[in-house]
Amino acid sequence: MSLVVSLQHFIFVSAILLSLGVYAILTRRNAIMVLMGIELILNSANINFVAFSRFGGMDVNGHLAAIFVIFLAACEAAVALAIVLNIYKQFNTVNVDEVATMKD
Amino acid sequence: MTETLLLQFATAILFIPLVSFLILIFFGKKLSKKSSLVGLTLIGSTLLLSLIIFFTKLNFFHDATIDYTFTWVNFGSSEITIDLGIMIDNMTAVMLVVVTLVSFLVHLFSISYMEGDIRYSRYFAFLGIFSFSMLGIILTNNFFMMYVFWELVGLSSYLLIGHWYEKTSAANAAKKAFIVNRVGDIGMFTGIMILWSTFATFSFDEVFHGLSLGILPFDSTAWLTAAGILIFCGAVGKSAQFPLHVWLPDAMEGPTPVSALIHAATMVAAGVYLVARVFPLFTADALIVIAYIGVITAFISATIAMAQNDIKKVLAYSTVSQLGYMIMGLGVGGFTSGFFHLVTHASFKAGLFLGSGSVIYAMHHVLHHHNDHHTDPQDIRNMGGLKKKMPITFWTFLVFTLAISGVPLTSGFLSKDDILAGTLAFSDLTGHTLIPIIAFTVAGLTAFYMFRLLILTFFGTHKDENRLNEIHESPWQMTTPLIIFAALSFFFFYSPSPTSASDGWFYNAIEKPESVVPENVSAASIESFEEAVHHNHGTAMFLSLTVAGLGILTAFVTYYWKKINPEKIMNTFPSLHRFLSMKWYFDEFYDRTVIWFTMMTAKVLAWFDFKIIDGIVNGVATVSRITANGSGKFDNAVVDGLVNLTAYSIGFFGLILRTVQTGKVQSYLAFAIVGALMIFFFFN
Repeated sequence: MSLVVSLQHFIFVSAILLSLGVYAILTRRNAIMVLMGIELILNSANINFVAFSRFGGMDVNGHLAAIFVIFLAACEAAVALAIVLNIYKQFNTVNVDEVATMKD
Repeated sequence: MTETLLLQFATAILFIPLVSFLILIFFGKKLSKKSSLVGLTLIGSTLLLSLIIFFTKLNFFHDATIDYTFTWVNFGSSEITIDLGIMIDNMTAVMLVVVTLVSFLVHLFSISYMEGDIRYSRYFAFLGIFSFSMLGIILTNNFFMMYVFWELVGLSSYLLIGHWYEKTSAANAAKKAFIVNRVGDIGMFTGIMILWSTFATFSFDEVFHGLSLGILPFDSTAWLTAAGILIFCGAVGKSAQFPLHVWLPDAMEGPTPVSALIHAATMVAAGVYLVARVFPLFTADALIVIAYIGVITAFISATIAMAQNDIKKVLAYSTVSQLGYMIMGLGVGGFTSGFFHLVTHASFKAGLFLGSGSVIYAMHHVLHHHNDHHTDPQDIRNMGGLKKKMPITFWTFLVFTLAISGVPLTSGFLSKDDILAGTLAFSDLTGHTLIPIIAFTVAGLTAFYMFRLLILTFFGTHKDENRLNEIHESPWQMTTPLIIFAALSFFFFYSPSPTSASDGWFYNAIEKPESVVPENVSAASIESFEEAVHHNHGTAMFLSLTVAGLGILTAFVTYYWKKINPEKIMNTFPSLHRFLSMKWYFDEFYDRTVIWFTMMTAKVLAWFDFKIIDGIVNGVATVSRITANGSGKFDNAVVDGLVNLTAYSIGFFGLILRTVQTGKVQSYLAFAIVGALMIFFFFN
């Protein structure tokens, strides 16, 4: 069995990353950690983009989409960190469990 | 002096009193004492203008009728218009002088009589509007204006009778006068409308012209008679004829000069003037009705006057009686004599009233001075012996009494005698002998009760010597009018001969107009009537002198020499005396019939209103309230219930659903992921 890296491998890695991300989002109480989980999910999507671009015979469309996602991730991180800072200022914590005012 | 100038003068005469009214009603408070001077000056100027018109008209335009008409209302494209206008004929010229002269003298008299009155200026203002309306009646040449001024006269009479409206009796008398007059006016209005619907014009001349062409209302002489009698109804009301005479005696509640002006000389004569003005359109039947109404009135009120003790009430009934005489005179066809009596009566009756005013004024002052508020200053039983104390009043009063009794050398003799001759002529021509019989009786009664009044007031002894000593003659403003009226009560102002007026200027100026009704329903022709009058002239004079002499003699025997005790006669016929002093029970009769009926109708209608109409309204209200209640309940229970149920159920589900909303970001994410997974699971 030759060690040929095929599409399944990429998707598999991507799936593991997604699961880890989701897990991080759902279980971490620290907002920063949740953000990091989101980054993982975004990156798993990037892997998928690139893998499908490579194996689907589509020039660089997938790559460009991945680069867009990275840009957006950067923006999102900036905005999200700003929000987190504000939350910290407001509630004196970055624990997402305690920030439950949306309920009311 | 042209006709135009005369018309301008006439217009000025009409409107000057109105100006006087307007000035006094708006600036009366400021003018206060000067109000009387304003009124007197303005009415004096109308008197002057009237005299100018009178002499010019009779000297230069003797047979002309000066007429001015203009269209007031034009009913669009149709031919129908309402024209207003004035006219001056000899009758107008004479009446102008009568009214303005009496009005002027009454103004003069009132200056001191009304002194200190709380509504001094208003009194003179009302005299002004009265003069305006009366002059309007005289000057008009159409039924329309006649009716308008007719009502205005009624209004001013109402205002002046009610001058002391704090007194209930005065307020009631004013109302009574107004309402009773209205009854007659409805008749007059209907009569005018009958003529209008036929001729489509209000003008006297055009109506007469139409009738003389043979046009009849509804093509029937019966309707013409009806129109005549209905118009006469207006005169019945205003001239206080039977059966509407009840208001005039009560009208004496007004100030005495007002009684002299309105309720003796001018306004009540308006009815006579109306009859004279529309004389040509009366059929023979209508004239017989008029004659009988006149004679009945004359008789009833003469009998009542004998049993009255209030000086003004006696004069009031005597006025009613004399008005009956005038109406009777016109009714029998003695046009000129009836109208002549109006003129002569105006001066001596106004004089009598002013004389009584002078007496009351003197009595009132003394009683007031004695602080005596129980003795009635108007009751002739409280008077007596005033002759020496009030010489001018006495002598003038004597002249007036002689005149009204028809003693020779007076104006009253001339006019009365001619009326009586007319009644005799009428009975010769038509066979109505009752009319002259009653007319002569009334002449005797008049002489009797007038001398009774004179003797009881001025002769004999006064009850209270102290009181008599303090009585003195009234001031010159009050005696001057008396002297002037007394002078006018002599024959030479009207005729050169003391026995017959037919040669005088009056009979030349006022001629009986030709009848315009169809010949088969018209009264006796002018010629045959004149002939009959001429034939009866001697008889009438003899009879009238006899009855007047008898009346005067009886009065002297009874009250001066006291040969007959009136008390004894009274006690012999107590029911007759009560019947007369209660004025034939007319007021009681009307109370129990007309007024009772009106009140009952009003009560029944009120009951109907309260029970039936209000019941229906209340029933409708109750039904709607019940319906509204039901619908309200349905609204509250069902509609609101459904709405609330929706709201509650939504709330309920919301409550359930909100438990999902934890506010925790992570649980939302978990839902989203689970959801996404489920979508994959179900839809792949």
